[in-house]
Amino acid sequence: MKKEGEIRIPSGCAVSAVISRDGNVMTGENIIKSMLPMHDRSNGLGGGFAGYGIYPEYRDFYAFHIFFDSNDSRVDCERFLKENFEIVKAESVPIRKIPEITDVPYIWRYFVAPFASVLSRLQLDEKTYVARTVMDINTRIKGAYVFSSGKNMGCFKAVGFPEDVGRFYRLEEYEGYSWTAHGRYPTNTPGWWGGAHPFSLLDFSVVHNGEISSYDANRRYIEMFGYKCTLQTDTEVITYIADYLLRRQELSLKETASVIAAPFWSTIDGMDEKEAEEHAFLRKMYSSLLITGPFSIILGFEGGLMALNDRLKLRSMVTAEKDDKVYIASEEAAIRAMEPNAENIYSPAGGEPVIIKVKEGAY
Amino acid sequence: MFPSYLTSDFEVVRNPSRCTNCRICEKQCANGVHSYDSSAKVMISDETKCVDCLRCITYCPTKALKIVKNDCCFRENENWKSETIKEIYKQADSGGVLLSSMGNPQPLPVYWDRILINASQVTNPPIDPLREPMETKVFLGKKPSEITRKSDGTLDTKLPPQLELAMPIMFSAMSYGSISYNAHKGLAKAAELLGICYNTGEGGLHEDFYCYGENTVVQVASGRFGVHEGYLNAGAAIEIKMGQGAKPGIGGHLPGTKTVGDIACTRMIPEGSDAISPAPHHDIYSIEDLRQLVYSLKEATNYKKPIIVKVAAVHNIAAIASGIARSGADMIAIDGFRGGTGAAPTRIRDNVGIPIELALAAVDQRLRDEGIRNSVSLIVGGSIRSAADAIKAIALGADACYVATAALIAMGCHLCRSCQSGKCNWGIATQVPALVDRLDPETACNNLVNLMTAWKHEMKEIMGGMGINSIEALKGNRLMLRGVGLTEKELEILGISHAGE
Amino acid sequence: MKIEAKGLDFTALNEMIKSSDGDCEINGCLGQRFIADGLGNGKVVINGIPGNALGAYLNGAEITVRGNAQDAVGDTMNDGKIVIHGSIGDTAGYAMRGGEIYVENNAGYRAGIHMKEYKGKKPVIVIGGRTGSFLGEYQAGGLIIVLGRNSDGKPTVGNFPCTGMHGGKMVIRGSVEDIRFPQQVTLRDATADDMAEIMPFLKNYCNYFDFDINELTEEKFTVITPDSRKPYKQMYVAN
Repeated sequence: MKKEGEIRIPSGCAVSAVISRDGNVMTGENIIKSMLPMHDRSNGLGGGFAGYGIYPEYRDFYAFHIFFDSNDSRVDCERFLKENFEIVKAESVPIRKIPEITDVPYIWRYFVAPFASVLSRLQLDEKTYVARTVMDINTRIKGAYVFSSGKNMGCFKAVGFPEDVGRFYRLEEYEGYSWTAHGRYPTNTPGWWGGAHPFSLLDFSVVHNGEISSYDANRRYIEMFGYKCTLQTDTEVITYIADYLLRRQELSLKETASVIAAPFWSTIDGMDEKEAEEHAFLRKMYSSLLITGPFSIILGFEGGLMALNDRLKLRSMVTAEKDDKVYIASEEAAIRAMEPNAENIYSPAGGEPVIIKVKEGAY
Repeated sequence: MFPSYLTSDFEVVRNPSRCTNCRICEKQCANGVHSYDSSAKVMISDETKCVDCLRCITYCPTKALKIVKNDCCFRENENWKSETIKEIYKQADSGGVLLSSMGNPQPLPVYWDRILINASQVTNPPIDPLREPMETKVFLGKKPSEITRKSDGTLDTKLPPQLELAMPIMFSAMSYGSISYNAHKGLAKAAELLGICYNTGEGGLHEDFYCYGENTVVQVASGRFGVHEGYLNAGAAIEIKMGQGAKPGIGGHLPGTKTVGDIACTRMIPEGSDAISPAPHHDIYSIEDLRQLVYSLKEATNYKKPIIVKVAAVHNIAAIASGIARSGADMIAIDGFRGGTGAAPTRIRDNVGIPIELALAAVDQRLRDEGIRNSVSLIVGGSIRSAADAIKAIALGADACYVATAALIAMGCHLCRSCQSGKCNWGIATQVPALVDRLDPETACNNLVNLMTAWKHEMKEIMGGMGINSIEALKGNRLMLRGVGLTEKELEILGISHAGE
Repeated sequence: MKIEAKGLDFTALNEMIKSSDGDCEINGCLGQRFIADGLGNGKVVINGIPGNALGAYLNGAEITVRGNAQDAVGDTMNDGKIVIHGSIGDTAGYAMRGGEIYVENNAGYRAGIHMKEYKGKKPVIVIGGRTGSFLGEYQAGGLIIVLGRNSDGKPTVGNFPCTGMHGGKMVIRGSVEDIRFPQQVTLRDATADDMAEIMPFLKNYCNYFDFDINELTEEKFTVITPDSRKPYKQMYVAN
């Protein structure tokens, strides 16, 4: 049977997230709890989390989380890293051995910074170089897979139910100002941990529910710009699209939402002139980045979250607030599991981005 | 050679019990097949002149006629087929180059028929196009590699000139001269009603049709017929014709006998003068010269018109397209080896060029590999026969399709492949006034609008089935395609998996 | 208006020409293409070397070049005048339909290729010196005059002139013995009518380039026209 990445595996899912607008930190306990009422949206073949603000002591370094198939692949990968990066810390990611999670690969993390001499030789900015390095390791070094590469954030994922994955990674020991979670329902066994979600690149992470119909149009377009879709999952391509539009094209979050969940032409025609002009421009300019088919996504980034539904709203998603916290999930029950007294329950419209940013300086 | 060795290709079967000697068939046939023998008081036929256009059948009031393939045959031979033998007789008799019309009819592979389309089941939903929005609008043209912002931080929404089409189909180039005034009028009006474009071909733009400018692509070919500043600015886009799928590497020649009246006027040449289109543009002997022509046209139109460069699908098409994409062109039109023509040497038509499916797949992938797919739109033609072919073309990577033969058929063409005679009984490929009158431009327009409206519905149904509600999300979405009965190599070039994979 | 072209790219230069609403003089021109592309009126004087496609689709304006010009001068020109105080490159006047081009010295390959005429429009090219091969290829109309000045003993016209010529007229001054014409054209000595037809253009030439008309008309002139036969008609058989 072909491994994930050699073949495209459709999945259904559960997503959830929480963020403190004041930058107050929370342990991973609550986000794990949110996944319990949505147990039936996953089938035990993938779960994962992303936490932001979890590595304050290493905030200036990229935190690479890497799966290795074998010790040899770790040695190869470390040799490659050492040539180009200053590695301030290398350790295996702490785990809790539990019967629900099996076939555990080697899971390591490295806090790194690229050598200035390497950047100046290649005439690349730091983030572009780090992103390229991630693609290089994932496509060239056999048995090595970088599944998290941002600063002061980290992804944790495995084959299993999300609540078990959370316990396995001891997320109650981490504290972050923002968390996202994912439970996966793939149609067949991926058999490999890299295929679980969230998917992340640099500080962008995406959890996603649905199977998009525009996948190959999006993939073949984004691969023009140096991205390599090794997993063939929607989440992967959406993450690359977010990185391309937000970081490389310097679009705003709202503009990005207008590209990937573009309003219909008939809707644009009804807008006032200036607004219509901008939406029409973005649609024409990035026509191949329109995402069709069902999706609800939560995009995590440094200092914030954005939730977005497809333009027909084919997947469920609710948001709520309580004090400084904002909650997002596939189901209201997930939010109530985190905060029974959540207020302002709201279902965003199709294509309507919900953007939450932590106060400047609070993260 | 006398007597002629050539047997007639068809046989006219006349049912004497039905025939009333009304002589309508005689009037309808410009080839002079039917005549009345007044002494015997019967209709008789000269079958050697029959081209199987079915005009007489259609108009026979008593349905007394039937045209069948002549079963008088040569001794069967898989190597020396009867067509081959007849072609040799013709050449031995005349010393002439064999001249044919319309697209390559040979039994070479049609890849469209070996590609199947996906549909959603369970894991994501199909969409009902009758009730939910389904978008087919496209904008063809160059997209910049990055955005710019004004000083206040808002987006600078200015784009290079774009061609807006309500659906990703255009009528491809057919010159006034190769087809009739009424056919052109039908195409122009239909394009306007459909929100798409038709294409003047290389014979200039008749003054009556300047009013359809927004739905017109004006063509500049090597003969530069009818090309002047007003013409260039009249259309919505300008197409430089470098080549044509039916006759790659070959020019054109409209004999002086056809450059009469309005035809000469529109081509801006004296009446009766031969209109020769040389094989090359003589100011383009290399790719950097193409850039020169592209920019001379942009300068002449103040950068307001997108420029299309049309080429035939030939062996090295991917590299050629890549060169064109870097020439400043806004769009590339690729014409496959089955593309139609009013006249082409048979040997060229049937033996030169490659299938559009393979050319398209190779070009789209090459432009992506080089990261320049955005700098041009891709239009493909050369036998797009149905909405399904168009959907497959777009999923392989085309931005839009060119359609000509199907449009001609919609106007009444019966594909008798005798355009070169100039005696089209259906009033399309002719300049004989009495024959041109047979084609009512209103009816032609109506039929074209019907055909394209039907295709649009079908495209929406197919897209809806895939769970795609906008044509942009189909473009280059090769995962939606699977091959059947194709070799590894063919699948590799098409960039698709085999059915079952 | 004076325009200093040094350092300007063709887009910027052409924008300045178009905005000059009439006459302008360009100094320091070096290779900028498409100058006066499609221009309808005004007088443009160029000091230096204009780039390719000078006066393409020209629609009535007058261009004077004080220097040589490169390839594709007057490409698909519709009306107007181009005067070159020097020589020009290949394919001058390609598919030109109207207007006049005067070249003081030599022209390259394929001058006047596919030149045609239409109604009142009749394009004229006058070349003072020699021309390269394929002069008047596919010529369908108009008038090409080659004066053969300073030919240094070389033939006035290169190989294969008039290939595919099917309209218009070519006039060559001086000996044509060394020139090999194809079968489908006919040569004759210029008649008084022919001379009357070309005289205004010869006078213009002398006027522009300060040359003596009498010296010019001392030599004999040969007129070349295509046969009325259609040489390609019998080439095809319907299949």
